[in-house]
Amino acid sequence: MRRACLAIALTLIAATAAALELEDHRYYQGTGDTVLRIVSTADLEVFEDYLIAFQAERPNISIDYSVVSSADLHGAIRDGAAFDLALSSAMDLQFRLANDGFAQSYRSQATEALPDWARWRDLIFAFTTEPAVVVISTRHFEGLPLPATRQELTAVLRDNPDRFNGAVGTYDVRVSGLGYLFATQEARSTDAYWRLSEVMGRLDPQFYCCSGQMIDDVTDGRLALAYNVLGSYAADRLAQESGGEVQILRMQDFGNVMLRTALIPEAAEEPAVAGAFIDLLTKLGMRETNGDWPLPPLSQNTDLRSTGFGPIRLGPALMVYLDPLNRRSFLSEWEDAWEQP
Amino acid sequence: MTRTRSIGRRLTLLLAGVAALLSILSWGMVSGLARQAAERTQDNVLAASATAIAETLRSEQGEVRLELPYSAFSMLGAIGEDRVFYHVAAGEEFLTGYANLPVLDRPRAPGTVLFDTGTFDGEEIRIASVTRPVLVGAEPLTVSVSVAQTRSGVGAISRELSRLAALLSVAFFIVAVTLSAIAARTSLRPLNEIADAVARRGPSDLRPVKREAPEELAPLLSSLNRLMERLAQSIRRSEDFIAEAAHRVRTPLATVRTQAEIALRSVEASDERQRLRHIIRAVDESSRSAGQLLDHATVAYRVEDLARDSVDLADISARCVAALEPTAAMKEIRLILRTEPAKVAGDAVLLDNALRNVLDNAIKYSPEDTLITLAVTADAAEARVSVCDEGPGLGDCPAEHLKERFRRGTHTEGIVGSGLGLTIASDVLRAHGGRLDLGPAEGGTGTCAALVLPLL
Repeated sequence: MRRACLAIALTLIAATAAALELEDHRYYQGTGDTVLRIVSTADLEVFEDYLIAFQAERPNISIDYSVVSSADLHGAIRDGAAFDLALSSAMDLQFRLANDGFAQSYRSQATEALPDWARWRDLIFAFTTEPAVVVISTRHFEGLPLPATRQELTAVLRDNPDRFNGAVGTYDVRVSGLGYLFATQEARSTDAYWRLSEVMGRLDPQFYCCSGQMIDDVTDGRLALAYNVLGSYAADRLAQESGGEVQILRMQDFGNVMLRTALIPEAAEEPAVAGAFIDLLTKLGMRETNGDWPLPPLSQNTDLRSTGFGPIRLGPALMVYLDPLNRRSFLSEWEDAWEQP
Repeated sequence: MTRTRSIGRRLTLLLAGVAALLSILSWGMVSGLARQAAERTQDNVLAASATAIAETLRSEQGEVRLELPYSAFSMLGAIGEDRVFYHVAAGEEFLTGYANLPVLDRPRAPGTVLFDTGTFDGEEIRIASVTRPVLVGAEPLTVSVSVAQTRSGVGAISRELSRLAALLSVAFFIVAVTLSAIAARTSLRPLNEIADAVARRGPSDLRPVKREAPEELAPLLSSLNRLMERLAQSIRRSEDFIAEAAHRVRTPLATVRTQAEIALRSVEASDERQRLRHIIRAVDESSRSAGQLLDHATVAYRVEDLARDSVDLADISARCVAALEPTAAMKEIRLILRTEPAKVAGDAVLLDNALRNVLDNAIKYSPEDTLITLAVTADAAEARVSVCDEGPGLGDCPAEHLKERFRRGTHTEGIVGSGLGLTIASDVLRAHGGRLDLGPAEGGTGTCAALVLPLL
């Protein structure tokens, strides 16, 4: 019956465990035989601290950490790939896995401490809240007012086509699950999204698979503006190397806030160890202040609260844009807006 | 008396049982209704969701198109954390959603929502299904939209409500039991009141119980009254019998005595005289006893409807002393009378009777050649007639016992008596609201009997 769910046409997110394309992979040897196999969309540079923290708690456990795209992750878990824990920033795909019965239920004191909006049916657990932001190169914006809303950003881009031509970047929503989530949620919430898309589409926009590369290109000066970047990555990068070249802008009219979620796949062989890892993540997620951790906690810090936008709700509505028909029509609209000859 | 279980307890238990039954019934009903309400809510939301999706159906370039509205799915999150499945098919062709979802294929009118329950992926689901014709080219095509949801949210809501209902039922039960106990006690109160009223009565009070009684107790009360009436009648009859018997015995005894006295006078032989004297004495005693029995019956009869005339105890005392002086003289006993006026309300015959019995007693138990003092005194509230002798005293029998019928003291050997004298006196005094005090005389071996009566 469970396999039957595969019949759902997710052909556009086709990926199989066999063809799983690893972006990164690392193995942390522990003292014992148990191996916790984690599949994640989080880059090692932001996530290694968590793995080390877990190994400090449970030194006997080895960790096998694979970084894949969110679509690949979704496909792999659907195919029953042998992972014990799936961490993804694409909430909609994670939710769909839980809804379709590909996740194991897990319950502990740590997960019960989570607020209701941060878990669903004891299958899926949120442990960070990460906003989508605009990252700009200050050099490109020299002499221009810094936009605070999409309307102002649209105006700035429209008025300076020469300066921004070929220098704006965003997720390629066709390949990035997180980019698709951000785009659909934004399109649903504000009309300004499509106007902005039209303007950016005329500026020969660059498309990326991942936040990291976009931020790299802004830092290098190849891009003037990266739209809808994961704020946590950007902040992390800024902390490492800034020199005032890169600045994070938070749109005041609307801001997406994503929950990074964890689930234990149905095929997990070490669900108890995976549960322990979820405990660590959710405990860290419940911390009051950011501290030294690369990813922000669930408790929304002050500047997030000031925008007045809560995180994207973990619920069945997330499945709406995953529907192939909806996806097809959204993508065609998106292509119309962003890929103008 | 065999005791069966208390009516009050039985009533309380019965009412508590009824309350328990009602509590369980109401809990079951509320739980069922809660479940139904939750299920109906889910049905409504599912129907709204399916309808919202169906409303987006349209035809474009010969193809059926639809756009799942965001709200159609977000509303499904309102009930609880339930899994959501959907299925859209145009005619026989599957369009989108979960292809294996067990959808309804019952015929129905377009626009009406059908519901069904089934299982999918190992969980119970509720499905709402709606159809809409979409014009594709020239052909109208029936498109069916089904939205399904697992039922754990409904379960959680109805469990929560059921728990609440259970708490309420328990509270209801406790209140009902308390009220039942109170109600049982309240409804039994008239019964207890009648029992108390009967228990409070004096030993010879056989008047009917006149009391407001609830309908249910009226038969009991009237039977009780009838019983008392019969009892009173039978007592009266036996008193009459005693009086009649005493009277009939006394008359021939008087004749025997007269004849014996005549014989005594005409007989010379001393042993025969002695024998005759014995006869006379025995006849005297018998006649006295008969007289006392008669007195007793008189008292019992007159007390029932007591006269309340003004009577001066001094007069009665003087009459008594005069009447008994000869008897006393036979034993060389001197009677001393000291009086002051003391008026009481009562029956002169009875009071005379009582005093005569007390004085007679005193004479009977006093040794020869002694004094008996009879004093009438009055203080603020009470009149007192005290009769003090110089006899052997009461002995170690408690004074109260001597007032009982046919009970005699310990110093009475060799003295003929019925044991009725003090009983008669005591009954009379009690009927008048007074009492008979018995005690040792001050500074002597004798006894004082005092008739105490409230002053007029």
